[in-house]
Amino acid sequence: MMAYIVRRILYAIPILIGVNLITFTLFFIVNSPDDMARMHLGVKRVTPEAIEQWKVEHGYNKPTLYNASAQGFSRFTDTIFFEKSVKLFQFDFGSSDSGRDIGYDISQRMWPSLAIALPVLLVGLAVNITFALLIAFFRATYIDFWGVVICVVMMSISALFYIIGGQYLVGKLLHLVPISGYDTSLGAVKFLILPVIIGVIGGIGAGTRWYRTLFLEEINRDYVRTARAKGLSEQWVLFGHVFKNALIPILTGVVAVLPLLFMGSLITESFFGIPGLGSYTIDAINNQDFAIVRSMVFLGSVLYIIGLIMTDISYTIVDPRVRLS
Amino acid sequence: MIEPVILWTDALIFLLVLLIAGFALYARRKEHLRAPWQEIARSRVGMGALVVLSVYVAIGLLDSLHYRPQVAQEGQAETAEVLSLFDKLVTPLRVRQEKTYSAPLATHQYAKENIELADGSMVRDYPRLKHAGAHLENPQEEWLQDILWLIAKGLVEGLIFWLLCSALLIYWSARRSDGSFRQKFAAIRRSDTTLPWKSLLFTSGVLTLVGFVAAELSLHYHLLGTDKVGEDVLYQALKSIRTGLVIGTLTTMVMLPAAILLGIMAGYFRGWVDDVIQYTYTTLNSIPGVLLIAAAILMMQIYMSNHEEEFTSLTQRADLRLLFLCMILGVTSWTGLCRLLRGETFKLRELEYVQASLAFGVGHFKIIGRHILPNVLHIVLITLVLDFSGLVLAEAVLSYVNIGVDPTMNSWGNMINGARLEMAREPIVWWSLAAALVFMFTLVLAANLFSDVVRDAFDPRLRTTR
Amino acid sequence: MAVFLEMRLEINRSVLLSLCALLLMPGCDGTPWNSPYSKESEEQQILYSSFSERPKHLDPARSYNENEALFIQQIYEPPLQYHFLKRPYELIPLTTVEMPRVTYLDRDGNPLSGDYSVTDIAFSDYLIRIQPGIQYQPHPLFSRDAGGTYHYHQLSEDMLDGIHTLADFTQTGTRELTAADYVYQIKRMAFPRFHCPITSVLGEYIVGFENLIDEFEEVDAKLKQETGEERPYLDLRPYQLEGVEVLDRYTYRIRINGKYPQFLYWMAMPFFAPMPWEADRFYAQAGLWKRNIKLDWYPVGTGPFMLSENNPNLRMVLERNPYFHGEAYPTEGEAGDAEQGFLKDAGAPLPLIDRAVYSLEKENIPYWNKFLQGYYDASGISSDSFDQAVQFGGQGEVSLTEGMRERGIQLNATVKPTISYFGFNMRDPVVGGDSKRARLLRRAISIASDYEEYISIFANGRGLVAHSPIPPGIFGHGEGEAEINPYVYRIEKGKAVRRSIDEAKALLEQAGYADGKDPQTGKPLLLYFDVYATGPDSRAVMNWWRKQFSKLGIQLVVRNTDYNRFQEKMRKGTSQMYIWGWNADYPDPENFLFLLYGPNSKVDVEGENSSNYANAEYDQLFNRMKHMDNTPERQAIIDRMVEILRRDAPWIWGYFPKAFTLHHEWLHNVKPTLMVRNKLKYRRVDPQLRNTRQLEWNPPIVWPVVLILALVLLSLIPAVRMFRHRERSAAR
Repeated sequence: MMAYIVRRILYAIPILIGVNLITFTLFFIVNSPDDMARMHLGVKRVTPEAIEQWKVEHGYNKPTLYNASAQGFSRFTDTIFFEKSVKLFQFDFGSSDSGRDIGYDISQRMWPSLAIALPVLLVGLAVNITFALLIAFFRATYIDFWGVVICVVMMSISALFYIIGGQYLVGKLLHLVPISGYDTSLGAVKFLILPVIIGVIGGIGAGTRWYRTLFLEEINRDYVRTARAKGLSEQWVLFGHVFKNALIPILTGVVAVLPLLFMGSLITESFFGIPGLGSYTIDAINNQDFAIVRSMVFLGSVLYIIGLIMTDISYTIVDPRVRLS
Repeated sequence: MIEPVILWTDALIFLLVLLIAGFALYARRKEHLRAPWQEIARSRVGMGALVVLSVYVAIGLLDSLHYRPQVAQEGQAETAEVLSLFDKLVTPLRVRQEKTYSAPLATHQYAKENIELADGSMVRDYPRLKHAGAHLENPQEEWLQDILWLIAKGLVEGLIFWLLCSALLIYWSARRSDGSFRQKFAAIRRSDTTLPWKSLLFTSGVLTLVGFVAAELSLHYHLLGTDKVGEDVLYQALKSIRTGLVIGTLTTMVMLPAAILLGIMAGYFRGWVDDVIQYTYTTLNSIPGVLLIAAAILMMQIYMSNHEEEFTSLTQRADLRLLFLCMILGVTSWTGLCRLLRGETFKLRELEYVQASLAFGVGHFKIIGRHILPNVLHIVLITLVLDFSGLVLAEAVLSYVNIGVDPTMNSWGNMINGARLEMAREPIVWWSLAAALVFMFTLVLAANLFSDVVRDAFDPRLRTTR
Repeated sequence: MAVFLEMRLEINRSVLLSLCALLLMPGCDGTPWNSPYSKESEEQQILYSSFSERPKHLDPARSYNENEALFIQQIYEPPLQYHFLKRPYELIPLTTVEMPRVTYLDRDGNPLSGDYSVTDIAFSDYLIRIQPGIQYQPHPLFSRDAGGTYHYHQLSEDMLDGIHTLADFTQTGTRELTAADYVYQIKRMAFPRFHCPITSVLGEYIVGFENLIDEFEEVDAKLKQETGEERPYLDLRPYQLEGVEVLDRYTYRIRINGKYPQFLYWMAMPFFAPMPWEADRFYAQAGLWKRNIKLDWYPVGTGPFMLSENNPNLRMVLERNPYFHGEAYPTEGEAGDAEQGFLKDAGAPLPLIDRAVYSLEKENIPYWNKFLQGYYDASGISSDSFDQAVQFGGQGEVSLTEGMRERGIQLNATVKPTISYFGFNMRDPVVGGDSKRARLLRRAISIASDYEEYISIFANGRGLVAHSPIPPGIFGHGEGEAEINPYVYRIEKGKAVRRSIDEAKALLEQAGYADGKDPQTGKPLLLYFDVYATGPDSRAVMNWWRKQFSKLGIQLVVRNTDYNRFQEKMRKGTSQMYIWGWNADYPDPENFLFLLYGPNSKVDVEGENSSNYANAEYDQLFNRMKHMDNTPERQAIIDRMVEILRRDAPWIWGYFPKAFTLHHEWLHNVKPTLMVRNKLKYRRVDPQLRNTRQLEWNPPIVWPVVLILALVLLSLIPAVRMFRHRERSAAR
C-alpha cells in the first residue's frame, strides 16, 4: 500500500513538469515579459528603463527555456522556466507580478471557495440521492417517467440561467438575501444561502439521473432478486441492499472531486462577488498575472492527481477484491 | 455574379456531413450496426427529437453556404462582408434594423427619445419603430387585432402546408410498401407501424405551425424584439444555431483522429507506447480546462494580430477563432474518449480471434483495421452524441467569461453575455436573454433525448460508464 | 481584562446574529434581510461605497490611478489641494502655511528683477513652508520606547509570530511632520526600486533629479551585490538632491529648470506627499514583506483618514485619524453653492464622517441594485440603467425619473476632464500624412462618424461631442462659435449642425475616392480599425463603426485585440485608425495639447502622441503656450493651434464623457468634481434616515418561497398514494 502510494506520487512528478511546460509555453507565446511589465507598471508614462527594472526584479530578465550564453547544465537551469518551476515544486509560490505573496492569498481565498463548494457538494449529494432513490423505488411507473423527463429538462437548462434567474428573483424581487458579497466568519452565511441553493438546483438534473442508473443497475443484480425472493419488503431491499452497494461508485466519484473543491467555481464566484480561488483565477487571467496563473494551474494539477490517488485507495477500502499493483 | 466563400468551418461541416453519409452507407451493410439504428427509428422520443434536431441542422447547413455579396449598390457598401444562403432567405429579418431596443412585437421603441415635432418643438416620448407595425395607422387600437389576425393567418397556412406534406409522405410511404393510402392511414391511426408516425407527424406539425406563425409575425413586427443597436433578436438567435452546432460537433470531430489512434494504440501495443500516451493525456487532463482555453484563446488573438494580412475579413477571423476554440475544447475533452477506447481495445485484444490472427503473423495495423476499429466504432458514436449537448452549454459559459467565440460572432453565449447588463434596466430587457435560453434549451433538450435513445440502442452496458 | 470580556460579548453577538440569519428570522437585529452589512451603531457616521478593482499600489511614489486615488488621497497630504467648492479649480494650501513662493532665477542662480522675458528664466525656486504641529496617524513604525529605540525596526521571527496584518502590532506611535519628510519623498521618487511613473517629468524639471537616479542605480546595484538580498534596505537620507533643499524644520525649497507654472498642480498630487524615513526602514524588513505587509499596501500619512481594514478581496475601511491636524469646511464657494446646500457645514471641523466602508463590487448589476436598495450611498450610473434613472427635459437638460425622485435620489452631472477620441495614424500611407488627399479623406470620415448617435446609443447621452482636444472647464476650450469645428459642422442659429453625408462624399470625391472606391483596385476602399473592446457591448460598437464607414462606401475592417497587443501596435505605429482616451493630470490645456505635440510621438519616443502627428507651426506654438499664464494672449495661441488641428484632422475629436453620479438623500456635500480627489472629508451622512429607508425599501417577500415549498410537498402526494397502494397490494 505505502509503496504504491509512493510510486504514484513519484509518477506525478513528470506529469507536473509537463503541466508546467505547457502553461509556460502558452503564456510566453502570449505575453512577452515586456508586455507583463507594461501591464503592471500602468498606462501612463512608462519608460523603457522602468520595464527593464521590473523584469530584473521579478526574474523575467533571463531567456525563457534555453540559455545559449551559459555553460553546461546552467544552459537549462539559468532560465526563467527552471527558476520558477523549482520553486513551485517546493510549494513556494513566490510573489505575484503585482507584488503580493501568492501563497498567502491562496490560503486566504481558499476558505470562501470551500464555503460554497462543500455545502453544494454535500447538500447536492443528499438531495440527488433522495430523488434517485424515490425514482428507483417507483421504477417503471409514471413517477419514474416524469422524474426522468424533469431531470433531462433541468440538465438542458444553461447554468447561467439558474444563476441569473435566481439572483434576480430572490435577491432583487423578494429581498430575501443580499444580492452579492461576502463576509468573514459566520456573517458569511446569509451571502452563501443563494449561491448554494442555485448550485444544488443546477446539479439536480444530471446528478439524479446518474444516481438513478446506478441504483437500477444494482436492482437488476442477482442478489437483489434473491433478497426479494426471500420475501424482504421492497423498502428493505432498496435501502438495505441496493443503496449500500450503489454507494461505492457514488463515494469513489465524490472522492475524486474532493480535492478540486478548493479551486472554486469560476462563474458562481464572480457573479456573487465571493472572494474565492475561482474569481482569483479569473482576475489573474484578465490582469495577465502570469505568476498567479502558473501557481493555480500547478495547484489544480496537484489536486487532480491527489484525487486520482485517493480514488484508487478508496476503491481498495470499499472493495477488498481490488488490489493495487 | 455570386462568388462563393468557403470558410474553414464550412469545409469541416461538409466533411462531417460526408462522413456521416459514408457511415450510414457502411452501416446499412453491417447487421450489428443496422440493428441499433432500426431500434432508434422505432423510438417515439427518439424520432420526435430527431425532427427538432433536423430543423436545427437544416438551418445550420443553410447558414454554412457562404458567398460574397455584390457590393456598392447605390453607393452603399454592404455592412456584412460575407453572407450565407440563410441570410439571403431571411433578408427581411437581417436588414430591418431599428435604432435601439424594442420589446417583442412592440410598435414603439423601448426607451424615450427627444423627438422633433413638425412645428420644431421637442418632446420626449417613445418613438414609433421603423419596421414594426408600420402598416398600422393607430397602433394603440389596431395592434391586438392585427397580431391575432397574423397568428390566425399563420396557423391556417401552416395547417394547410402540414396537411399537404403529411398526405404526400403517407402516400409515398404507402406506395413504397405497395399498400393503399387508406390502409397506411388506418395503420398510423392505430399506431400499427414500425416508424412512430404519430410522433413524427405531431412534432413536425407543431414545428410547422410555429414556423409559419413566426414568419407571418416577423414580416410585420420584431417577433423577439430588437437589441441595443436595433438588430432583430430572432435573427441573432437563428444565426447562433450554426455556432452552437459547430461547437457541438466539430469539437469532437477535430480531435477524433488523435483520440482514436492514440486510444487504440495504447490499448493494443501496451508497454512504453501505453505509458507515453497515458502520460500525455493525464498531463493534459490535469490542467484546469478553463485556464488552458483562456491561454490558448489569448495566444490565438496574438497570432492573428501578428499576421494581420492573412485575416482581412472579419468573418474569417471570427471563423478561425471558432475553429480554434473547437480544437482547444477538443484537447480538453478528447482524453475521456481516448481512455474508453484504450480500455475497450485492451479487452478486444485478448479475444481469441485477435490472438489467432496475431499468431498467424497478420500485421498489427491490419488487425487494428479489421478487428479492433470496427468493434469500437459504436463507442465513438456514442461519445459524439453524448458530448454534443455539454459542448453547446459550455460555449455559453465560455463566451460569458470572454474566452469563447469571437465577440462579433452570433452565438447564444454572446447574447447572454450582452444581456447581463440589460437585466439591470427597468423595465427589464428580458428578450435577448430569453430568446437565447429558449433556443439553446430546445436544442440541448432534443440532443439529450436523442442521445439517450442512441446510447440505449447501441450499448446498454455503457450506461454504467457514464 | 475588560477588553477580553468585550470580545467574548462580541463573539456571542455575532454567533447569535448568524443564527438569526440561519433561521431567517425577520429583522432580528433591525436590519433588512438582504443587508450586506452587519449591524452598526447609529451614532457613528459611516459612509458606504464600493470599489471595482483591487488598488494595485498605495505607495504615493507609485500610485497613478483613479481607483487608487480614492484611498490614498484621503490618507496622504501633499502640500497643496484644490478648493472643494470654487470653480474654475483653484489651488489652496493643505499642509502649508501659504501658497509656495516662486522666485525666478537667471543662469547664475540670481533672482531676476525688473524687466525680463520668459527666455531669461533659467530656474524657478519654490519656497514651501508647512504648518508646525501636524502629526502622523498612529502607526507601529513610529512606536518607540523611552530611550528612543524603535520597537519594531529590528523584528525577529519570534516577534513576527502571530502577525498577519498591521493591526496585530500592539503598540503604535506618532511624530510631527517635518519638511524633511517632503524632501525624503521626492528622493524616493528617484529611487528606481519604487518605480515612480513620473520620473521622466521630474527629471526634466527638478534640478539634479536625473543625477540622483543614476547615483541610486549604482548604489543599489552595489548594495544588492554586497548583501545578496533581493531588497536590501538603503537609507536615502544621506544622498543629496541638488534642486531640493531643507531650509529649516518646517521649510523646504524646490528648484526647477526654466519656468513651469504647471508644477504647482503636481504639488497637489500624492507624489509630493510627505513620507517619514521610518516607513522605509520599517517595511524593508523581510519578515513583513513575506506577510504582504508593505508600504505599497499599508499607507502611513497625515490625512484625515487612515486605512484600518485592508482586505482587497472583500472590503477596505477608512477610519478617522485621531491625530488629524484639523481643517475647517470651506466657508465660501462659487455662486449657487449656498442654494444647493453646499455651505451648510461651513466652518465645521473636518472630517465629517467617522468611517468609510468600501466593498468590492465587480459586476454592474449587483452594484446598481444594491444602490437602489439603499446599501450604497452613491453610485455612478452605468449606461444601461440610465434611462431608468434619468430623463431629458424639453431642451435636453437632464433630470431624474419620477421613481428615482420619489426615493429622494439626487443627481450630479459634470463633464470629465477626459477625452475619448478616434485617432488616425499620421504615419499611415493611406489615412495619414500631410497630403491634401489624406486630409480630405480624414475630414470626410470625421463628418460621417456620427458621434452624436454614438453618445446616445453607447453612452446613453452621457457625453459632449468634442470639437477640439480641450474639454470644457479647462482654459482654452473656446467660447461660442469658436467652440465649433467648422470643418465638420455648420453653424445654424448659433448651434452646431453636423455637415451632411453628401458634403462628406464630395470631399471624398475630391480626395480621389469617388463613391468610396479605391481608384487603384476599383473596389471599395478598405480601411483598418484597431480596438481593444472585449465587453458585452463590443459587437454592437463594431457594427456601428462599420455602418458609419459604409455611409461613404468605405469598407471597414475592425481588428479587435487585447489591450497589451493594442498598446504594442500603437508603439510600433502599425495601426491605421484606433480609439483611445486621455485622462487629465491637471486642469491645464497643456495637458491635452501635448497629446499632439510632434516630439512627443509614440513611435519615436514612446510619448503620448499616439497619432504621431507633427506640424512645425503647432509644435512651435505649443512651446510658447506651455509656459504662459492664463492670459488672453495664451487663448489666442491656443485658438491658432486648435485651428491647425481642425484643419489637419489627425483625430475625430470624439467626445468628452460626462460623469453622472447619483446619491441618496442621506448623503450630503456631494459637489461634482473630478479634480478634487480628497473629497471624503467633506462628506456627511444621516444614518437614521438611511436606516429607515433601507427597512422601508427592502421588505422581505416570503410567500413565493412558501408557495414553491407547498408545491413540492403537493407533488409528493401521488408518490405517497402509490406507496400506500403498493403496500396494500404487497400485503394481499
